[in-house]
Amino acid sequence: MSKQIRLSGSGGQGMLLAGIILAEAGIMSGKNAVQSQSYGPEARGGASKSEVIISDLSIDYPKVTKPDIMLALTQEAYSKYAGDMSDDGILVIDESIQLSGQDKCKVYSIPIIVSARDVLGRAIVANMVALGAIVKASEVISFESLESAVLKRVPRGTEELNRKAIQTGYELIAG
Amino acid sequence: MIEKKTRLLQGNEACVEGALAAGVTFFAGYPITPSTEIAELLSLYLPRIGGKFIQMEDEIAGMAATIGGSLAGHKAMTATSGPGFSLKQENLGFAIMAEVPCVIVNVMRGGPSTGLPTATAQGDVMQARWGTHGDHPIIALAPYSVPDTFYTTIKAFNLAEKYSTPVVILLDEVIGHMREKIEVPDHVDGIIDRKSPEKSPEDYLPYEAGPDQAPVLAKFGSGYRYHVTGLTHDFTGFPTTDPKQVKYLMDRLNNKIEMHKDDIIEAEELELDDAEIMVVAYGSVSRSAANAIRSAREAGIKVGLLRLKTIWPFAEKHLKKYADQVKAVIVAEQNQGQIVYEVERLIGCQAPVYAENRYDGELMKPEQILNRIKEVYRNA
Repeated sequence: MSKQIRLSGSGGQGMLLAGIILAEAGIMSGKNAVQSQSYGPEARGGASKSEVIISDLSIDYPKVTKPDIMLALTQEAYSKYAGDMSDDGILVIDESIQLSGQDKCKVYSIPIIVSARDVLGRAIVANMVALGAIVKASEVISFESLESAVLKRVPRGTEELNRKAIQTGYELIAG
Repeated sequence: MIEKKTRLLQGNEACVEGALAAGVTFFAGYPITPSTEIAELLSLYLPRIGGKFIQMEDEIAGMAATIGGSLAGHKAMTATSGPGFSLKQENLGFAIMAEVPCVIVNVMRGGPSTGLPTATAQGDVMQARWGTHGDHPIIALAPYSVPDTFYTTIKAFNLAEKYSTPVVILLDEVIGHMREKIEVPDHVDGIIDRKSPEKSPEDYLPYEAGPDQAPVLAKFGSGYRYHVTGLTHDFTGFPTTDPKQVKYLMDRLNNKIEMHKDDIIEAEELELDDAEIMVVAYGSVSRSAANAIRSAREAGIKVGLLRLKTIWPFAEKHLKKYADQVKAVIVAEQNQGQIVYEVERLIGCQAPVYAENRYDGELMKPEQILNRIKEVYRNA
């Protein structure tokens, strides 16, 4: 098993942290994982991506070439980064995004940002909602591994909020 | 138990862990992307172990203070990227001439000038060799993974102390910033510490080297008085223009690295036993190359990889071992061609040497190397 994952959104939406958590969850499940990011000199705004490879084998090339799993939280990130998806890949996007009609892969359009802001009361946990959804949609790691990786990384006092956030995301994917 | 030690770290973080394992107690520098995490973490960790972190006014001073910290007996390091490495060259030469052990990390980004602060490159390998003026030896190491960065940093400190010389670590942005699984050991064996002079302060001659050609520099403040200069000097450390003394010093500086090449040089030989094509690569690109040779092998092409882990002094022996066996050599680098000339010089008359390059800030993809392997194989 080797999965290429790309998480994208705008700068400040926590794509980097989400990537780190996913990679750590991969390692905690006994797999190899590599995380990398590309970013410009600006700290906020713009399109931002974080890439993770989780594999049973050793990982030579550390960058994602053809994502098996992709997340897009903004229209700009979707337009910029979703073009090279694997045909049998899984694309998880926020419901606000207009699809180009070109995607051949499986698409889950779900209310990630609205759930974070209105259901959980904190827009800042949209990245955690997204992680829960990705894990459900792709089964790349178990929910339990995700949960322990999240709790290891998030600031003290926010554990319950983040736990709820990944649970909410998990439940956004039907089935 | 094992789970606790298994961590997901950046290359820059592993560099810091390696430095701490090697015994670093002094860092002076001027933070610069993509090396900033090294300064940031050492500013946090060094005070906790009684060490010193100084953010200097600029890159030049960062290198100067690193030399000062080392002369005071500390294992000392600095970290920078291309623009800062340029500024450090004069003091790097001073450290070579005065034989001051220290470690300089250059996390390579796109250049020239301020270039591409957040993008990868391997454009500084020749600068590491010849960036400072005058004839001189240099040791430069290039790790290719997060765990390798940990151990390479330890090796850099060990070589610096053993041969009383600056050692350059050439990370690149990909390796510095990527996160990867690493098992950080609680304890590392074989750490080399600075020797103390055997003679009394009255009889001590700082630049009178032993049979290994490396001097034993007493820690300043330990009761030994001596002179340190960038001018050509004699045993006492005071300047001389006596041709005999000058030649002696120049030969010794060179010999102390030359005669220990087997100890210093490291390279990995992957699938080279029966290889008809040899790929030479280092740092992040050697990961693309490892991927490419696996695909090429699956397609029935006998190809192997020589992964350089020590860039300077150059892995001449490793390269020449395969010079008669292979039909062609491909040197893959994240620059417009630098190490390829060294390879050409050494074995170009035995096998054709091809350059495969990328220099737009993006890491070379395995397909680029694979396509070149196929093309070279068809024509070989």
